[in-house]
Amino acid sequence: MSKLPVTEAELHAYVDGMLPEARVAEVEAYLAGHPEEAARVAAYREQIAALHRKFDALLDEPLPRRLEMTRPWWVRPLLRYAAVVTWIALGGVIGWQLHEYNSTSSRMESAAWARRAAIAHVVYSPEVRHPVEVGADQEAHLVAWLSKRLGAPLKVPHLGAQGYALVGGRLLPGERGPVAQFMYQDGRGQRLTLYVRVNPDDSRETAFRFAHERGVGVFYWLDRKLGYALSGEVDKSELLRVATAVHGQLNP
Amino acid sequence: MVQLLSVSDLDNPIEQYIPRLRRYALALTGERSAADDLVQDTLERALGRFHLWRQGSDLRAWLFTIMHNIYVNQARSRMRHPHEALENEPAAEVIHAREPDWLELRDLDGALARLPDEQRAVLLLVGLEQFSYGEASRILDIPIGTVMSRLSRGRERLRAILAGDPKVTLLKVVK
Repeated sequence: MSKLPVTEAELHAYVDGMLPEARVAEVEAYLAGHPEEAARVAAYREQIAALHRKFDALLDEPLPRRLEMTRPWWVRPLLRYAAVVTWIALGGVIGWQLHEYNSTSSRMESAAWARRAAIAHVVYSPEVRHPVEVGADQEAHLVAWLSKRLGAPLKVPHLGAQGYALVGGRLLPGERGPVAQFMYQDGRGQRLTLYVRVNPDDSRETAFRFAHERGVGVFYWLDRKLGYALSGEVDKSELLRVATAVHGQLNP
Repeated sequence: MVQLLSVSDLDNPIEQYIPRLRRYALALTGERSAADDLVQDTLERALGRFHLWRQGSDLRAWLFTIMHNIYVNQARSRMRHPHEALENEPAAEVIHAREPDWLELRDLDGALARLPDEQRAVLLLVGLEQFSYGEASRILDIPIGTVMSRLSRGRERLRAILAGDPKVTLLKVVK
């Protein structure tokens, strides 16, 4: 059986995790027989790791004032009693309604956080080519990576029984640090996103809360160390059905 | 009770990418204030041209394209006015105070600085920012074959620089 020779481009694609699955074993077999090439691959991987060690810390640093585009909206006295705020995303003016309003700051904080989850949903769920950074085919890597960056062990719920398959996930900058987003899709291409953060304090648990604006619904809850927000452009009962399944899997 | 905000108050989807733009800019320029200047220029241009962003297309790639174009133009003008760049250097040295236990990382910094600009950009877009080769080709406006050759030469050169630097070996022993 003759195999295609391994090209330089394929070695890099292997280093970058961009090699087609079918070719990985062949490249690995080639590397096993070519220690110098294997050393080169290892050195390139170490370069990538070193880049992350050096520069990733910047992602979590507060922005210098001159780079701040907006202040968090809930700190503005003007909005202390606002029931509706508007925002522009993807060209549309969309109203956001907080169904549950309470003057405590923690509730405002988590509502604002749910709103960020909805914005992240609106930004990424229409993506055709790049909906996620790491695909479901590398689920173990995805979970390990996001757990490391959030500093807490994450679990990714499996929603096959609810009709949704994992697409993958990505890391996003949150208000206080890194946030994870997992994306799911049903057979018709309908997408849901699960937004996960480390809570500001770890003792709280809340019931499900629901927020909604034209089209995008969010169920969100805090579960000790982690906070979850499930967003989707589906009706409330469907979203609740999935949110219940997510909660059940995370609290067996 | 309903409060409506003016457009300037609204959250902007660009905001979430600022930390990544900063990370790339720092790796590209090797200097914090220059990096934040570059990010600021990028944000200003992106906001001014936000209406040109095609809805549904990758906003992150669009922002990195803008940043790349600004960086290239500034690099060209630095070439035209080398004296200015020299004058800026002492100040940059002072600002660039690094933590002393980041010696390994300082080596990486120095090694990155010794790569040609175009190789460094590809290496960072792919390795640090995890863009696909196709995305990097669009951001840099070069054919994908050029992306691959710059990536290949850049990585090999970085490996040679790091391997040839005696400080690297010493640090490994100390660790």
